[in-house]
This record gives sequence, structure tokens and C-alpha cells, in this order.
Amino acid sequence: MDNLHTGQLVAVIALVTVLLRGIPFIVFGGRKKTPAFITYLSNVLPYAIMGMLVVYCLRNVKILDKPHGLPELLSVGAVVLLHLWKRNTLLSIALGTIIYMVLVQAVF
Amino acid sequence: MTSIKYAWKRSLPVMAGYLVLGFGFGILLEAKGYGAGWALLMSVSIYAGSMQYVAIDLISGGASLLSAGLMTLMVNARHLFYGISMIERYKGTGKKKPYLVFALTDETYSLVCSGDVPEGVDRKSYFFWVSLFDHSYWIIGSVAGSLTGSILNFNTSGIEFSMTALFIVVFVEQWKSASGHASAMIGTAASVACLLIFGPDSFLIPSMLTITVALTALRKVFEKEKE
Repeated sequence: MDNLHTGQLVAVIALVTVLLRGIPFIVFGGRKKTPAFITYLSNVLPYAIMGMLVVYCLRNVKILDKPHGLPELLSVGAVVLLHLWKRNTLLSIALGTIIYMVLVQAVF
Repeated sequence: MTSIKYAWKRSLPVMAGYLVLGFGFGILLEAKGYGAGWALLMSVSIYAGSMQYVAIDLISGGASLLSAGLMTLMVNARHLFYGISMIERYKGTGKKKPYLVFALTDETYSLVCSGDVPEGVDRKSYFFWVSLFDHSYWIIGSVAGSLTGSILNFNTSGIEFSMTALFIVVFVEQWKSASGHASAMIGTAASVACLLIFGPDSFLIPSMLTITVALTALRKVFEKEKE
């Protein structure tokens, strides 16, 4: 709860984030044409990374212990079905989160 | 249609997501004892959704600056690739460029890289306004969440699922619209495999390496499919 250290942490996180966003423009920005390999990667990577982020969000789910990841499974299923059905981002996120909160607080 | 109006219209789905996610972030941060001032500072200066959720753990646990830097590197490394794919589009944006680069989040990326702008809309100012609108939604959501959290006292456990839900929604959207099924499956499978091998605290870097190697190896296959 040290304000100075918290401020420093925020500064470091902000700095690394903006560097990651800016480095490609500095390294490749001057060239006329971006290398074909880089262009290929930037086309296919976002799909793979989104899958990785979903796994990242669920990384601490313990399937072997009770409740065996059931709240997560049900909520993820609800979000997918809801989104395929209504295709409303806000609805899918809000309802999915409420379902999950009810499940972890009141059911499991 | 003016650029600002078009940007506003296109940014509406992000508004919904950012207000909800920002709200969740503000509530979580407040629950850990950091008020609206911190929410404002973080959302203005860091402006990275998932990383700010992770940052709550870091600051409340008093993490070292080095470990915070490394964690940011891991969680936000994907932004390198967003940058790479925006180099061409952001060429010639002049004075707006530093802000465009700073504000290139997942969602803003999805708006600026999808589709072309209609006639009469200036691409450069569309990029700028979309970035600024999204940033504002995120700031407003997180401060509102923090203030609400300090007034209302309710059980917030499970609210972190809003981040999961967002990524799932984007994943489903990409799955429906794109030819990227194979890439999505590689990303998911590689991450699950690395999670099982390396555990939840250190699987991100191996995952990113595996994904990059796999996509590189499959380049010829993928590019043939497209032709």
C-alpha cells in the first residue's frame, strides 16, 4: 500500500505497453515495404492469440478439484450460445458475467 | 457522413464492451483499496484492458518493478503484432500517429483493421476519433466502476469473468467471419498444451513461441489455401 511504489508500478506497466505498441513502427516503419513474412504473421496471428487469451483467462481453473471447472464450463457455453444466437456483444458479456457470478457465489 | 460521426457509429459495440469491462476493473481495483484516482491514472496511462486486470494483482501484492515489467511484456506481447499489421495503414497520419500508436488496443485494432471507410470519410481522422472514443469509454467505465464500488457494497467475486467473456465473444466473432479457423485452433491447442506442461504462471511465453513456430512452419500450407 505504498503510493510511491504503486505509482512506479503503473509507470513501468504503461511504459512497457507503449513500447510494445510502438516498436514495430520504429523498426519497420521506415521501410517502403514490410517483409512478406511479417505481413503473413500479422494476418494469421490475431486468431491464434485470441485463442491463447481465452486459455489465459481460464488458466487457474482446476478441473481435478471441486467444482471441476463446472461454473466456467457453463458460463463459457452460455456466452458462446448467447453470442451465436443474438450476436450482441454487450448482452453476451453482461449476461455471461452475471451467470458466472451467480454460479460461484450461490450455486457452487 | 462526417468522420467523427462514422467513428462514433463504428465504436458503439466497443463502447458497450469497454464500459462493462472498465466498470469491472474499477470495482475490482476499489475492492483492493485503490480509489477512483488510481483507476483514472491507470486507464489514461496504461490503457490495456487485460493488463490492467493483471495490474490489480501486481500492485495489491506489491510486486517488484522487474516482475511487473516482465508480466506486461508477456501479456501485451501480442501488441507487437497489431503494430506490425498497422504500419501500412498508419503511414502518413502525421501528428496523430503517436496517439494512434499509443491507443492501439485489441478492440481499436479490430475497428481500424476491418473494412474500408465509406466515401466522404477521411481515413486518418476516422482512425483518430475511433481511438479517442474507445479510450474515453474505457476511462469513463473504470472511474464509474470505482465510484460505484465505493458507494455500493456487494459481493464482486466472479466479476473477473467479464474479461473471459469478452475474449470469447471476439473469438466467436473471428470464427464466424474468418478464414482463420486453423490459426485459431493452433493458438488454442498450443496454449492448452503449454498450460498443461508449464503450469498457469509460466505458460504464456512458451505458448507464444509455439504458436509463432507452428504458424511459420505452416506458412506454405496457409498461403496455398488462400489462393
